[in-house]
Amino acid sequence: MRNIFLFIGRHFNLLFCLLLQGFAIYLIVHYSNYHQAVFGESANQVTGYINKQSSNFYNYFKLKKINDSLLSANEMLYNKLRHDFEIPDTASLMAIDTLKIDSLTKYRKFTYLSARVVANSVAQPNNYIILSRGSNRNLRTGMGVITPGNSIMGVITSTTGDYAVVMSLLHKDTRLSGKLARRGETGQVSWDGKIPNILTMTGVPKSSKVTVGDTVITSGFSTSFPAGLLIGRVEEIYAEKSTSNFLLKLRSFTNFNNLSYAFAIDNVQQIAVNHLLDSLKNIH
Amino acid sequence: MATIPKNIIRFILLVLFQALILDHIRLHQMITPYLYFIFILWLPFKINRTLLMLLGACLGFAIDGFRHHPGFHMAACVLIAYLRPFIINVLISQDEEVNNYEEPSIRSMGGLLPYLIYAGVLSLLHNAWLFLLEAWQFGDAWYFILKTGLSTLVTLALVLITELIVNRPQKFRTNTA
Repeated sequence: MRNIFLFIGRHFNLLFCLLLQGFAIYLIVHYSNYHQAVFGESANQVTGYINKQSSNFYNYFKLKKINDSLLSANEMLYNKLRHDFEIPDTASLMAIDTLKIDSLTKYRKFTYLSARVVANSVAQPNNYIILSRGSNRNLRTGMGVITPGNSIMGVITSTTGDYAVVMSLLHKDTRLSGKLARRGETGQVSWDGKIPNILTMTGVPKSSKVTVGDTVITSGFSTSFPAGLLIGRVEEIYAEKSTSNFLLKLRSFTNFNNLSYAFAIDNVQQIAVNHLLDSLKNIH
Repeated sequence: MATIPKNIIRFILLVLFQALILDHIRLHQMITPYLYFIFILWLPFKINRTLLMLLGACLGFAIDGFRHHPGFHMAACVLIAYLRPFIINVLISQDEEVNNYEEPSIRSMGGLLPYLIYAGVLSLLHNAWLFLLEAWQFGDAWYFILKTGLSTLVTLALVLITELIVNRPQKFRTNTA
């Protein structure tokens, strides 16, 4: 027993260093659970506040680009207004596919909540975006986030009262179900951690006649994003040797170097779908 | 200025400078400029080693707060805080008469070369351990080696520029004072 204490006394610094290293690696590995419990609550509030102040300052340099993006978003919305369309035949009815069958009311599935981007990174292997809107104003974990230009930005991973942390598309854990707009083949979109704005898509069969320049959109299979949002444009096509699939390199429509405003997507039916999935887990 | 308030101000300024300015500079995807750990390089010679490691852990944790993935910078800072006394021991003699300065600097380490080795070895260790932990999830050796090498060069240049810009008057401590 005495020898143990002597050993600890002699090598205290080394042991203390190993202890701290172990704690740090524990934090890295157990990030998702621990983060939300301790780190998320306190650190998000402090760093969120600092980031908000600095983004107030940086935004002055980006006002022109912000205006341009809002202008193009407005243009897109004007083009969707009802009086832009003329319905020639009054007998034709617009059918809306909803869960409850009541043809008199329309059921809203998605609502869009605007938020400002206060911090963002692209150079890390795992990138996060911070929004200055949190659970006090209806943002929840699991919501998808898009740019005003209708392209994918990421998914909310944690929220505090006033801030939300978004896991950017440029994150090693990003898995997104994508679809080739022209052909309809689906595949999985991820990021390889190297060049910002270049995404990887796998799972597209070699029988597909994909060409450079094809657009990839969301498939709508996830509860976070509706179908048809822009993901990227095919830049390079490689044939995977060991599988019967292509490996596609996409250039994302979102320019992650330049984010100012975002829309979080609230899927009203998400809770119901998740509840259903949870009940499946309980059976097995 | 007294040692403790001086270092508290340094801590805050360096964390803010790193998080708000350097993290926004994108030279290349292989280069991440780091300067904040110069706080550890500048701590007094005669600091308690346990306290040194605790301060390293706090510094890393503060930077991790801005990156939203705790642990990475904490591990790197603890490592260089642990190894700093060994490198100082190798570089300057331990005679009390010779080493009468308070903090490591170009002058107190006896020239540019020893200081460059001191800063270079510690920034290389910091970057290597940090990028190794990050690259764990990707597993690409060349990416890791290139990124460590290039980032260390940029970091070292930043440390030298900081040494030139920031004036740190070093009092020569004598017994007669």
